[in-house]
Amino acid sequence: MKTEIIAEEGRQDLHIIREFDLPTELLYTAFIEPEIVEQWMGTKVIKLDPARHGSYQFETTDPRGSVHRFSGTIHEVESNKKITRTFEMENTPFPVQLEFLSFDPLPDHKSRLTMHVIYKSVTDRDNMLRLPFEQGINMAHNRLQEIFNNKKN
Amino acid sequence: MNLRRDVFQGIADPTRRAILLLVTTQAMTAGAIAANFDSARPTVSKHLQILTECELLKQQPNGREIYYHLNLKKMKEVAGFIEPFRKMWEDRFVKLEQLMKVYKPKK
Repeated sequence: MKTEIIAEEGRQDLHIIREFDLPTELLYTAFIEPEIVEQWMGTKVIKLDPARHGSYQFETTDPRGSVHRFSGTIHEVESNKKITRTFEMENTPFPVQLEFLSFDPLPDHKSRLTMHVIYKSVTDRDNMLRLPFEQGINMAHNRLQEIFNNKKN
Repeated sequence: MNLRRDVFQGIADPTRRAILLLVTTQAMTAGAIAANFDSARPTVSKHLQILTECELLKQQPNGREIYYHLNLKKMKEVAGFIEPFRKMWEDRFVKLEQLMKVYKPKK
């Protein structure tokens, strides 16, 4: 039960796949109940209206105190089966992306989540893919910088 | 950054990925590798050349034969690049699963 990322070179989409030791109903609920989303996504949920023509808005404050907003519109919802939505990081150069979420039942009350994410271009996908990698490097750099600054003082 | 792009070019092609898979268990000669594919021998040679150029494969002479083996260090670089993205989602999903295991529906 490990998250799998399928991102073929030269394509502008990727798949995020994971199996859960949960029935589809519970897996689906984790995506539509604001209090639950807040906990596992680590974000404040300003708005979440999981319906056709609905939308959502998340807000996260980083350790430096900067506020980041994430939002999107919901295009299609089928209870315990699928959610189609857009995702956007507000005030960033990253274009909006389209996400197809499928919730599939597996034997023994297990389920599988498949997120098919489509980006504006191959480059946009690769940039998003390497974002956590670069954030990791930046964090390491910042930590080094802090240690360095403390030594000087 | 150039180096990294090359690695991804290496794994971009399905035949090249199949070649990498073949040599994970043992070092093989070009002939032995080509025997596993329907493609013409020069096509396989070309793939081997690209994989060697981007350092995913290493050549090792053994007598008159040249053996190809996997460059594990380079393979880790490919995996490591996507790994933080994967881990970000895995961490979220682990939390999701824990939360929903003790979930009580709201009235």
